[in-house]
Amino acid sequence: MILLEILSAVLLAAGTLFIVSGAVGLLRFPDFYTRIHATGITDSAGAGLILLGLLLRTTTWEAGVRLLIILLFLVVTGPTATHLLAHAARRDGVPVWRKGHPRR
Amino acid sequence: MTRPRLAPPDTGVTRSGGTGTIRLIRWAAPLLAAFWLLLSGHIDPLFVTFGVISVVLACVLAHRAGLSLEKGPTLGLVLRLPRYLLWLVKEVLVSAVTVTRQVWSPRPNLDPVVACTPSRGLSPLTQVVYANSITLTPGTLSLDLDDEHIEVHALDSAGVEDLGDGRVLRQVHRLEARR
Repeated sequence: MILLEILSAVLLAAGTLFIVSGAVGLLRFPDFYTRIHATGITDSAGAGLILLGLLLRTTTWEAGVRLLIILLFLVVTGPTATHLLAHAARRDGVPVWRKGHPRR
Repeated sequence: MTRPRLAPPDTGVTRSGGTGTIRLIRWAAPLLAAFWLLLSGHIDPLFVTFGVISVVLACVLAHRAGLSLEKGPTLGLVLRLPRYLLWLVKEVLVSAVTVTRQVWSPRPNLDPVVACTPSRGLSPLTQVVYANSITLTPGTLSLDLDDEHIEVHALDSAGVEDLGDGRVLRQVHRLEARR
């Protein structure tokens, strides 16, 4: 049991680190598209690891099933929303930042 | 700067579908109801009413979108999905570490590229799986798609080259094999 707790704590800590990194990347990266990449870390690695960490701490099977369903939903809805945002930006002609350009 | 315009994908989906959609709803409605009960766990009148409204709303949306059972996932695909997801988790973690290093490096070495990667021979459903996997992996992002390509924005050229060598595509093909 203590082993599970440690593993869960490691997963939660790693997930938190990824979420903070996503936020920092959102501020530091130069344009819309690269910033979406940064939030992608929060979406996928951060949320995924935190849900896995919580899954190891569940005491009832209902909570476990719900966490698994949330995980599946995130895997489907997260990238779909991200794709739609990027697609809309592309269609509206938001320019792509290239190496050497000043940051916007 | 060239900006390739991709034709809208031919998904083969007809608007506000006919019999196929009715068949889908006949399958999906009980499933959705069971799903609601599992998640809510309350059986008092108020919550059951909310549940019924949600199920009807979901079915109306499915009908409007013209979804049908033929375009949906096969049983084989659902069975092969866990193995694919496990592989995807590994990929996501590896590239998340790469992008995280860029985020924290004092001078991020970004060289974004936009390129088309082939997605020939995939069914509409597996093309969505492929495009979503690209987006889910930090460092690559699907911008647009047509029947044969997916337009990808990547943080550096290595991201597009990784897709180009077909490693991800092979896994997606394996997902729809033997149907």
